[in-house]
Amino acid sequence: MTTATAPITHISPGSALRHGFTLAGRAVTKVRKNPESLLDVTLQPIIFLLLFVYLFGGAIQGSTDAYLQVLLPGLMVQNIAFASLGTGMALNADITKGVFDRFRSMPIARSAPLIGAVLGDIVRFVVTLTVLLVVAVIMGFRVQTDPGRFLIAIALLIAFGLCLCWVSVFVGMLVKSPQAVPGTLVAFIFPLTFGSNVFVPSDSLPGWLQVWVDINPVTHLANAARGLLLGGDWVADAGWAFLWAIGIAAVFFPLALRAYRRRVG
Amino acid sequence: MSYAIEAEGLVKRFGDTVALDGVNLAVPPGKVLGVLGPNGAGKTTAVRVLATLLRADEGWARVAGYDVATQATAVRGIIGLTGQYASVDEDLSGTENLVLIGKLLGLSKADAKARAAELLAKFELTDAASRSVKTYSGGMRRRADLAASLVGRPQVLYLDEPTTGLDPHSRNEVWATVRGLVDDGVTVLLTTQYLEEADQLADLITVIDHGKVIAAGTPYELKRRTGGQSLQVRPTVAADTPAIATILRELTGIEPLVNTDAGLLSTPVDNPLLLSSVVRRLDEAGITADEIGLRLPSLDDVFLTLTGRTTPTTPVTEGSLA
Repeated sequence: MTTATAPITHISPGSALRHGFTLAGRAVTKVRKNPESLLDVTLQPIIFLLLFVYLFGGAIQGSTDAYLQVLLPGLMVQNIAFASLGTGMALNADITKGVFDRFRSMPIARSAPLIGAVLGDIVRFVVTLTVLLVVAVIMGFRVQTDPGRFLIAIALLIAFGLCLCWVSVFVGMLVKSPQAVPGTLVAFIFPLTFGSNVFVPSDSLPGWLQVWVDINPVTHLANAARGLLLGGDWVADAGWAFLWAIGIAAVFFPLALRAYRRRVG
Repeated sequence: MSYAIEAEGLVKRFGDTVALDGVNLAVPPGKVLGVLGPNGAGKTTAVRVLATLLRADEGWARVAGYDVATQATAVRGIIGLTGQYASVDEDLSGTENLVLIGKLLGLSKADAKARAAELLAKFELTDAASRSVKTYSGGMRRRADLAASLVGRPQVLYLDEPTTGLDPHSRNEVWATVRGLVDDGVTVLLTTQYLEEADQLADLITVIDHGKVIAAGTPYELKRRTGGQSLQVRPTVAADTPAIATILRELTGIEPLVNTDAGLLSTPVDNPLLLSSVVRRLDEAGITADEIGLRLPSLDDVFLTLTGRTTPTTPVTEGSLA
């Protein structure tokens, strides 16, 4: 037998990261070839923006212009949460379609497909935020602060999405088909995003609901984003949102990893 | 002798189902092992264990001396896998798939592109290289799968039912490719439901049924094991069939099998000298035959004898007669 090269016995974390980036590149290529796969992170935010601003804006805030200012930072949070569902769907599709077995039969890190999927999700986050901002600016939204604080807001939102996506990875490893991921997570994502002050001020809500809305990470992150984009305090809310994100990741990252190992052997 | 693939006592259970029930395998380097068995026999499970995708509950397996359980990464560096499960990404083009695999295997972008172009040319996919795999025909897709498993120049290649669902032309292409790889020194483990395929390609055959190896050996040995030879006569004119049947019965003392679909009479014989008697009697009776001869049993016969049932899916079996 011709054994020309020494066997690969160990994969360094650096190689694992490199494999992860290569697989994230695959996700980007797929998006580029199949742009309609982004409809959920492009069309949906536009619909939400138009619907809420023009339909409810006057009733909630007195004027559509004023409502747009308050709503947009919150909508950014909501759409990051929705976009994070994609990770679990993409991973589930890879596993059920058999592409995963190819990767797993190759000398690459076990975690590489996972890293690739999560990194690839950043693309979806950036796309959904860009779409929202562009349409909102056309509708009259203006960032009131400076580029530095704007970038902090974007970074916070993406970091939140990257923590939240482990919930979707976890569910994606448990369900049979990719479509079951959003179906299952509706019960999680709706209370999280609508049970917040994204759409209406929390003091308009019944007391029991206020309790939840005031501790909801989406409320904190929306407040932080408002502060960073419109001016005002943001540090405390950003801190709370950050703690929440870390907490969610601390619970769901190990769960997702365990479910992943169990699913793919 | 060291084996390229060696397994002993592999057991794999899924709940109450025993998919593998103590499977032993051994393939010398550069040989083709055909793993034969009906659907659900455990063939794919065996391949998944040998390809490090599944961990066996009991037993061990080594590929080029590396243990599949404890030295999985080393094994993955040596093997290529093509089959029902390991596939290519249908949203990507042929080139994109192969370049991706090349990059994951540590090739530079330029090298990965060169290797992809080389393999696509070898598999006659150059014209379709930039199209999404989902637009490929079944045969093209299978060739793309095969190309994907060869990017890393594997020493050991697993082909899990590589020709299931392919038309005869595509099947012949896959066979030619496998022969070429074997000429290059690659060890191949091939699972198939098609006896003809095993007969065409395999140096060694292992028959699996209900997770157990029920027979192993060279195709010749297996055919010998099922018993003696058979004498076959194909009449030129179908109307002569009863007359030929009478002659065969008189000479052998048993009723010959008549397959009217294939236009073939056959009867087991102990004494090969009987052939000349049959020729003489037919000559005397003025009956002509298109074909007359002694045959080893086909793998179909082998399978029937071993499992007590015919293979569930057998393509045209005429070519499989040895």
